[in-house]
Amino acid sequence: MSLRIGADVGGTFTDVVLDADGQLHSTKVLTTYDAPEQGILDGVDTVVAEAGVDLANLDTFIHGTTLATNALIGRTGARTALVTTDGFRDTIEMRTESRFEQYDLNLVLPTPLIERKDRHVLHERIGADGTVLRPFDDDEARALIDLLIDRPEEEAYESIAVGFLHAYVDGSHERRFRDLLLERIPDIAVSISSEVSPQMREFERFNTVCANAYIQPLMASYLRRLEDQLHATGARCPVYLIHSGGGLLDVDAAIRFPVRLVESGPAGGAIFAADIAARHDLDRVLSYDMGGTTAKICLIEDQTPRTAKTFEVARTHRFTKGSGMPISIPVIEMIEIGAGGGSIASVDGLGQIRVGPLSAGSEPGPASYGLGGTEPTVTDANLVLGRLSAETFGAPDIDLDDAAARRALDVSISDQLGLEARTAAIGVVEVVDENMANAARVHAVENGKDVSAFTMIAFGGGAPIHAGRLCEKLGINELLIPPDAGVGSAIGFLRAPFAYEALRSHHATVDAFDHSAVNQMLAELANEARSFVSGAIASTGVNPSDVPLEVERWAYMRYAGQGWEIPVPVDEASFDLMGGELLANRFEKAYEEFFGRAISGLTIEAIGWSVRVTTPRPPVDRVERIGSARDLISECTRTLHDPATYETVEATVVARESLVAGDRLVGPAIVIETQTTTILSPRQQAVMQSDGCMLITPASIETEPEAGHP
Amino acid sequence: MSELRNQVMWNRLISIVEEQALALVRTAFSTSVREAGDLSAGVYDTRGRMIAQAVTGTPGHVNTMAAAVVNFIEDIGHHQIYEGDSYITNDPWKGTGHLHDFTLVNPVFRKGTLIGFFACTAHVVDVGGRGFGPDATEVYEEGLYVPIMKFANRGVVNEDLLNIVRHNVREAGQVVGDLYSLSGCNDTGARRLHAMLDEFGIDDLEELAEFIFDRTAIATRESITALPPGIYTNTMRVDGYNETIDLAVTLTVTKDDIHADFAGTSPTCANGVNVPLTYAHAYFSYAMLVALAPEMPSNWASLAAFTVSAPEGCILNAKHPQPVAVRHVTGHFVTDLCLGAIADVLPDVIPAEGSGALWNFQVSARASDPTSDLPPREVLMFNSGGTGARPALDGINSTAFPSGVRTMPAEATEQSGPVIVWRKELRPGSGGVGRQRGGLGQVIEIGPAIGYQITVSCMFDRVANPARGRHGGGEGAPGAVHLDDDTPFDAKGKQAVPDGHTLVLELPGGGGLGDPAGRDPDASANDAAQGYVT
Repeated sequence: MSLRIGADVGGTFTDVVLDADGQLHSTKVLTTYDAPEQGILDGVDTVVAEAGVDLANLDTFIHGTTLATNALIGRTGARTALVTTDGFRDTIEMRTESRFEQYDLNLVLPTPLIERKDRHVLHERIGADGTVLRPFDDDEARALIDLLIDRPEEEAYESIAVGFLHAYVDGSHERRFRDLLLERIPDIAVSISSEVSPQMREFERFNTVCANAYIQPLMASYLRRLEDQLHATGARCPVYLIHSGGGLLDVDAAIRFPVRLVESGPAGGAIFAADIAARHDLDRVLSYDMGGTTAKICLIEDQTPRTAKTFEVARTHRFTKGSGMPISIPVIEMIEIGAGGGSIASVDGLGQIRVGPLSAGSEPGPASYGLGGTEPTVTDANLVLGRLSAETFGAPDIDLDDAAARRALDVSISDQLGLEARTAAIGVVEVVDENMANAARVHAVENGKDVSAFTMIAFGGGAPIHAGRLCEKLGINELLIPPDAGVGSAIGFLRAPFAYEALRSHHATVDAFDHSAVNQMLAELANEARSFVSGAIASTGVNPSDVPLEVERWAYMRYAGQGWEIPVPVDEASFDLMGGELLANRFEKAYEEFFGRAISGLTIEAIGWSVRVTTPRPPVDRVERIGSARDLISECTRTLHDPATYETVEATVVARESLVAGDRLVGPAIVIETQTTTILSPRQQAVMQSDGCMLITPASIETEPEAGHP
Repeated sequence: MSELRNQVMWNRLISIVEEQALALVRTAFSTSVREAGDLSAGVYDTRGRMIAQAVTGTPGHVNTMAAAVVNFIEDIGHHQIYEGDSYITNDPWKGTGHLHDFTLVNPVFRKGTLIGFFACTAHVVDVGGRGFGPDATEVYEEGLYVPIMKFANRGVVNEDLLNIVRHNVREAGQVVGDLYSLSGCNDTGARRLHAMLDEFGIDDLEELAEFIFDRTAIATRESITALPPGIYTNTMRVDGYNETIDLAVTLTVTKDDIHADFAGTSPTCANGVNVPLTYAHAYFSYAMLVALAPEMPSNWASLAAFTVSAPEGCILNAKHPQPVAVRHVTGHFVTDLCLGAIADVLPDVIPAEGSGALWNFQVSARASDPTSDLPPREVLMFNSGGTGARPALDGINSTAFPSGVRTMPAEATEQSGPVIVWRKELRPGSGGVGRQRGGLGQVIEIGPAIGYQITVSCMFDRVANPARGRHGGGEGAPGAVHLDDDTPFDAKGKQAVPDGHTLVLELPGGGGLGDPAGRDPDASANDAAQGYVT
């Protein structure tokens, strides 16, 4: 029997899923902030008892946590120093020298992770081509190390970040400093930029190595504790961590590069959606995850989530681009906007309804929770519109108060605009849906895609309520609501491969292409990635050489003069003399796909390279699409307001658990389950699929196969 | 219900122009587009009134763009506007202030009827002539001048024009590529607009435009009431290119609008730091919007409240054929000039003066040994001094204001050309003292890579005239330019950096605000601990 556990520690809930030979058992427990491992162990007890299995037989434990992200946001990491090249002490403070909000005189830039007084310099210097412009001076370094050590107990550094200019070309100075440091204090935590993030652009790289150093002591002690306690309960299996790129790392690797754990929960959600996509044989999927505070949207093509080389965490200002800190590591690319059930609605100076990005969170929560919240939220609007109801709301501890929701909407919206509460509520959901639709469109445009050709997979507590309308706005004709959508990320962990992506900046033009240098560099990247994956495989007791590994290689290319690189897939074969030409052709094809048209007569260059090594995706059970076998009719109805037509309709209400494969439900309808509610508009229908997914399509599709946009 | 529908459509229109702008950023070649967000995109009604504009990096296009489409309609002629057309110009006076900015306008037809326009602007890599810089004495020397004309007629691109462009600019491939990108992003906007009109079942923008203009006009008037009606004046002295420039403004505030008159401002000068009035107008409008109505979307109605005038021949109202290539160097000061005029009536809003103009420079690197095969290279760098202290906050260190320019990483600069950035860090002690301290400038030290010599084209202001403090705050440190051995180096003009030396730039700090004695002792202690003060 195969026994695997996935545990996702989120901001509010810790989700634990046990997969016993394909049978899923899941639970949600409150996150225990002081000792997150406690919540996990409680959840594990619950699912193990439910499944009636013995922990000693557990094969794998896979974990994802917001702990790393929270430490960066809450600034609860270690006392850390940065050692950098003379002349660049302030790089992480000067950022991009621009304002992320053009019209705010009171703009405050994010505080650097490491203050100026804790940033120290050495007079070494490596040039852009790797030439040593100023040699590394051991004596100067030793003197600096003395200074770093000679501090009062309460100000002692717990971790050291090292970031030198152009270290992505040559990391020898960084390694030399680390050697000297460890010679002197063998047990101090030290991170060097040439290992953590060997990418060009000093602000991003320095910030990434600082973040790694800053959270390393915290993450190391947490992960060791978790491992010990799990083993104390009798489990003998290894522990793996999901990383932001959507693969698994073993604990040792996670402790070396804890910054790769940032944003790992959302990565689990994307893998969950990718797995559903594979089962349903869908090549173009938009995953949509909506919780209490934010919505996350990710493009998944060929059943693989799109990845990026850099992202931004801990945004300090309304989720605005540029207001957070850049982290340059491989990451599943998604956009996150401040749109969730708890997002607060208000009216601005132009008489426009605005929703979010502020959220009422779980304290005080939406007005209808009756926990002291007075501002209207998206959840309150959904309640007033009949999309949620007090009787069937998922959380047993919360008694939704319809009157409180109405009051809050009246005070903040209706009275301001002279609308009745119901109209105001339609306004609120239309605005939040519009915000999400706009974000999805922009994300697709950034990747040269037209979103209307995609299938949406919606999960997370809030998504199924809004997904139907969102599809109408985006012109999307297929929507899947998977079962167990409420614990999607934790399920995603169980579907993740062992994978590692190694990245490096290396400049090459296609006209003067040094194929042997590129081949050598790619081989190094492949070896680096392979060593992480093999290490993780070995810890499962399997001989890594018995596992076939998949290798994906990418070049990040552009026309010389442009500022954006686009990812270009590169074959596994080594480059030969024709390598430059081959790359140029690949680039032009990719460029056309992104921007519609290649440009002739310009120099083409590659700036960055990546190699991803992964265990093959296990074969999935294909789900054959089934049509409707019978129409479901329910006596139970509820009044629902349709935000598209502003009409009031009587919607069928059914429990999701009562639906069996082949059942067709014609909208308007409301499908109820423990963790969420699905809304079908009068223009939509749902057909239950054999794997428990609900397939939602426009009701007109079957009768009028030619109909396109309404 | 039409209220809600209109609100939703307004949101959507803003999203559509953001998408239009994004499509442009992704494909543009120009450094200033991608690093500075030096571009703009908007949608217009059939009369050329701007309905929505993308919020992009720099305010220079705020209402230069708003005004431009009216000029296109006039010059092309209503009866000559066909489906599939695209129009073009880089006229500094009808577009956005200098030849490097190309504006493309595409009409949108629905069911055979004109329903509006999309327009966009971007700074291209080159327009020929002398190249980007202040040295020309007439606009004729500044490059190719394309009057308003058709870039495409009924879907057929004007190959004659492209042929002329190709033969008159350096980097022809990139420039022509950018023109296609500009026209293409307008098409992206139009496609999205049609999808929106389909969804909402309407066929024109008239009712929506009126809704947006009405709402905006009311809200803009409401915002202006923060300023008591009256007359407010200010003057400011800056270094200028070859002689000191005095900038002067008189703001006339009524309950409905604000008018800026620049009488008293110095006359135009011989070189390209002169400003077409449309560009000064943009930085005045930006000052008013950022101070009074920061949430206001930019459209015809919000901008209609801000009008300008200036005597002919003053440096903020340059006329053809005066040179205007680097009009931003003077134009960026207009914002601080106008904010200063209302600082006493809005003491809780208006910051002290900042470093204002960017310290951008171009480095020409040439092989030290002319017989070597090292290629000549040009490197452009964007850098900012400190901003002025705010009433409740210190100024921002080394950050652009009012411009939205981003800097380039030193590593990227060194990868793109044979220069070495030896230092780029904060300049301690450069922020003006005050209850709130001015933002710090920065120190940059730059030299050639091995095998090269460099010449630096300087265009640095606030060396003789530092940013002034406000309400008792001190001046920001003036800028300074010298070699590594302290040999003076001129802040203006093209000069060679002697072999074996590096060039050191000390960028100005922002002014302080309020009595320094009133500074929070914790803030002072932190300044000392972090080394922000000397």
